[in-house]
Amino acid sequence: MRLALRELVRRPGRFVTATGILTLIAILLMFLGGLLDGLIRTSTGAVRAQDVDAIVFSESSQASFLRSRIEPATRAEIDRLEVVSETGGLGVVQLGARVPGNGPRDLANVAVWGYELAPIGVPDPPAAGEAWADEILKSDNVEIGDQLLVGPARTPITVVGWVENTSYNGQSGLWTSVDTWRSVLTANRPDAALADGVFQAIVVRGTGGDSATMIAAIETTSGDGVIALTVQDAINEIPGVTEQQTTFNQILGVTVVIALVVIALFFALLTVERSALYGMLKAIGARSRTIFAGLVAQAVVVTLIAAIIAGLAVIALDLLIPPGSIPLYISASRIITSIVLLLFAAVVGCAFSLRRVLGVDPASALGSSQ
Amino acid sequence: MTNSALHMSNVRKVYRMADTEVVALDHAELTVASDEIVALVGPSGSGKTTLCSIAGGILSTTEGSVTVGDEEITAYSDKQLTVFRQNQVGFVFQSVNLVPFLTARENLLVVDELGRREGKPARQRADRLLEELGLTDRSKNLPSQLSGGQKQRVAIGRALMNEPKLVLFDEPTSALDTELGSQVMELIRSEMKSRGTAAIVVTHDERITAYCDRTVHIIDGVLAA
Repeated sequence: MRLALRELVRRPGRFVTATGILTLIAILLMFLGGLLDGLIRTSTGAVRAQDVDAIVFSESSQASFLRSRIEPATRAEIDRLEVVSETGGLGVVQLGARVPGNGPRDLANVAVWGYELAPIGVPDPPAAGEAWADEILKSDNVEIGDQLLVGPARTPITVVGWVENTSYNGQSGLWTSVDTWRSVLTANRPDAALADGVFQAIVVRGTGGDSATMIAAIETTSGDGVIALTVQDAINEIPGVTEQQTTFNQILGVTVVIALVVIALFFALLTVERSALYGMLKAIGARSRTIFAGLVAQAVVVTLIAAIIAGLAVIALDLLIPPGSIPLYISASRIITSIVLLLFAAVVGCAFSLRRVLGVDPASALGSSQ
Repeated sequence: MTNSALHMSNVRKVYRMADTEVVALDHAELTVASDEIVALVGPSGSGKTTLCSIAGGILSTTEGSVTVGDEEITAYSDKQLTVFRQNQVGFVFQSVNLVPFLTARENLLVVDELGRREGKPARQRADRLLEELGLTDRSKNLPSQLSGGQKQRVAIGRALMNEPKLVLFDEPTSALDTELGSQVMELIRSEMKSRGTAAIVVTHDERITAYCDRTVHIIDGVLAA
């Protein structure tokens, strides 16, 4: 193995091409992963931020906020359960907002939320007519103190502070009191207006026990009227989320396979080129496994270098791209996952050269085998 | 302890190609004393390399027995033969075959790295060998920075690194001019004799035989003294 590593150090030029190609593939892998994470965050951030054990929808709603209705009586039944410590009303309406200074058709997409239990990173509900705004709105030139005119009814909402990662379906969250949300809903979507006390969903905090037990208790108590989901299940039910994940994961899978093929081809060619050297090494006592381990070590180091360069490149890209312009989210876990996948591809790719390494005849070092 | 470095008895090597059999070595009998240098002379395709490969534990026999030093290697598995090659024999190949990205010293130490892993004693042995071979000032040079004769001396040093009982030289002077070839053969003789190490020198150049104790001819796989 030391022999292989010495070759890497002394003859880096031989590995430049493979490292370059792998770096590009690694950048693609991490960038696509970052886009997936960004898209999922902008689609699901508001739900993911819910600091609760379950979200309750009406059963016929298919876990859609806009289709769901929870009556006060149903909420009261849930409140009475021993496994429930507190509940909160939740509702949303997705609209366009006019931003001061922007053109009349240059609308910012917003999701106006009414909430009772504060999500993670969101303060308690603001005063009537005010909202905590998702910082993505900064890309629409929104500033603290701006009064947005929301929806066709141009309902005024004043931005009083920023929150992070609370988008929903790609629209920036505006977190308001229940009354403000209800008035926005009534003014702009009269067909979806809800009476006082009625919410689209109820968020539930348990008493610390098993979530599954609590969810079963909620659904049993409410008969066939509601469906209770964990936050993760509620995220998966958001339209398009699963489809986005499936599509991107397939693209990511293909990218890993391409990396595997590149590594396999490169090291297969290298093995063919080194047959005479391997024959000589075997003749003087090298085991096939020693030679193969050297090959794997080279593939792992080359891939690791490519992955580190790619990681730094996507972090730089993330810093250079203005927030909100594209849904890119680069996280340490995404970079580490990509590196692990590429290293896996490196080892598997090398395995294709194993047969060739085993087949190298030490007798070839002594002229011919006859 | 036996007095012979190599004893081959009734050795046959047969290659099967489709329906035909090619006899590369036919009932070979050869004994090389512990400090003897034997020239193995024959035309191309006569079986010289096959004999060397069998003596060096690279090929196994079809029939017969092979003993190197005290080790009867006839029935050795591939793994056992690999360990045997690490410890008991040295090779100097026709095309030199140094590792191109290792220095002269590292080319000697690669033998230890692949085999015994002695560490410091191996490094000391490598330095001593380089000094004996007149390569101390070239120890940090890569093969590409060495002349043909220097490369061949490094290859000889590598063959002696594991303190073998038997060293096999495959056409050691074929890539060298006459004068350099003579110098290398003189070096081989002095190194082998000073260590009491046996050697087989494969060649088709009759002039080389003058540096050897005995000449064995081989034609069509049959040995003739």
